[in-house]
Amino acid sequence: MCGIAGLIHRGKSSNVGRELTDMLQSLKHRGPDSTGFALYGNPKSGEHVLRFKVAEQEDMRHGFQIHDQVRERRAEVDRRLDELGARRVSEEEATEYAYRYWISYDGDMKKLADYVEDVEGAEILSIGNALELVKDLGDATVVSGQYGLGEFGGTHAIGHTRMATESDVDIRSAHPYWAYPFNDISVVHNGQLTNYWGFRREMERRGHRFMSNCDSELIAVYLADRMERGEDLEEAMHRSVDELDGVFTYVVATSDRLGMAKDVMAAKPMVLYESDDFVALASEEVAIRSVFPHEIDTYDPYEGEVMVWQS
Amino acid sequence: MAELDQAHESYELGMHTEQLSGRTQQVFFSAEESDNLVYPWAPVVDFDKSGEIDAESLNQQEVNAEIRRLMSEGVGTITVRNPGAKHSLGVGILSRLNLHFDGSLGYFGCGLLDGPNVTVSGRVGWSCGENMMAGTVLIEKNGGSTFGAAIRGGDLVCKGDVGSRTGIDQKGGTIIVGGRAGAFSGFMMQRGRMVILGDAGKNLGDSMYDGTIYVGGKIADLGVDAVEGEMTDLDRDWLTRKLALYGLESPNGAENMTKIVSGKQLWNYDNLEPTEKKLVL
Repeated sequence: MCGIAGLIHRGKSSNVGRELTDMLQSLKHRGPDSTGFALYGNPKSGEHVLRFKVAEQEDMRHGFQIHDQVRERRAEVDRRLDELGARRVSEEEATEYAYRYWISYDGDMKKLADYVEDVEGAEILSIGNALELVKDLGDATVVSGQYGLGEFGGTHAIGHTRMATESDVDIRSAHPYWAYPFNDISVVHNGQLTNYWGFRREMERRGHRFMSNCDSELIAVYLADRMERGEDLEEAMHRSVDELDGVFTYVVATSDRLGMAKDVMAAKPMVLYESDDFVALASEEVAIRSVFPHEIDTYDPYEGEVMVWQS
Repeated sequence: MAELDQAHESYELGMHTEQLSGRTQQVFFSAEESDNLVYPWAPVVDFDKSGEIDAESLNQQEVNAEIRRLMSEGVGTITVRNPGAKHSLGVGILSRLNLHFDGSLGYFGCGLLDGPNVTVSGRVGWSCGENMMAGTVLIEKNGGSTFGAAIRGGDLVCKGDVGSRTGIDQKGGTIIVGGRAGAFSGFMMQRGRMVILGDAGKNLGDSMYDGTIYVGGKIADLGVDAVEGEMTDLDRDWLTRKLALYGLESPNGAENMTKIVSGKQLWNYDNLEPTEKKLVL
């Protein structure tokens, strides 16, 4: 079933970490397997935020060697970053297997991503000036607490509560998906794509990599590919409604925009609240009510509809 | 029209155009038999006796249980405050009751109703009024998708916009939408009436067997086997009377609404009883 949510403040920052945590927690019944956050903070000039992990949560529960392996893998990531000339400005251990680095790097981002992910067990969750992507097993409160997202300040955010249907219960299959290797683009999705494999093969032929077998990842890669070819976000989204087959509602975010698209059958839910300075959208109104407990006017976007908002 | 009796008028309105001959389907409900109007276990309520529920700290099961508790005490007018868009509120009420929600409902609100008069001051989520059998539900703001799915009777009214697949599998009753309705509205409609005062989305009335859809605005396109019918004085009179009950009117007047009916090129009601079918086959 899955639950998706997004919010954007227009012209100001807010505690988007806490707001999105509350929204996703109220959607827990739509998917208890994993929870993911794509948070857009206040970018530091000349620096990128790199979120990566070197093991699955499940791995940490098994084997005597895993802690040594995690240390070795992280050291190898550090070595490769140094080798490529990416200066590590600061580092944080988000968990014992996931990390948050600020790096200064003006080289080829795809080369950096590929080189880091070549380390065994390593997966880049996101690279961005503003984007920080966090996902793990558990409900929103658990993941938010584990990664200290409650005080995260920023302009906008999207998130997902996952009920695994067609791929594994692991971090790799959890949403959101970063649109590798593009800065600051992330996607969450509720639905099923029926022409996934055809488009995946086409994207792979064009040089894009997939980290999971989850159809939702395709949307992120598809949008990134279209934007790489010169389309703006809204054009790419309109094209996706025409070309991607199946039932879906997805939410996408870039460094300064939030968008949503619904398939032509409108078979997956989305409720929307919009005011002059704030937009919130979610699979169910109860999620929006966790941010706005008072009576508000909401509506459902229609079939085939694409909407984009600026921060 | 005064010369028409009720049965004749309903026939002229297209309510009995089906070529039914199976014995089961010829047994009609008789409103003359008062025993048919209430369930034996239905609580006797006094509409002048009122009660209030604050739903803020209650879950949906607790809110519904509280509605039943008040009804068992004879309370006939209940106001639920702070419903907070919670799901499945006000469902399965099978007797007369005046029920008011001061706020919005989530998914599956007011489903399986058989008799109460419900008002909602806010919005409703997906599948409001699903399988409703009798009574009225009046929503002041917008509604979600599958509004009135499989409704069998009563009036389900949303003054705002509703989503896609409105009245999917509608088997009777009346659905009224004050604004726009999404794609596939009236999909596989079998009986009853749907009134959309605004625009209708793609594939309106797709695969409808019977029933009638009236549209005041633009129709994106018609679904398979849905065709435009001829508006008659009876249609216009019925629309004017029905809409007036809820303080609504068509933006361009009832006389300018478009009537959509089944082309009946695809419909295939089984008119035979199983025993008769064996003989035929």
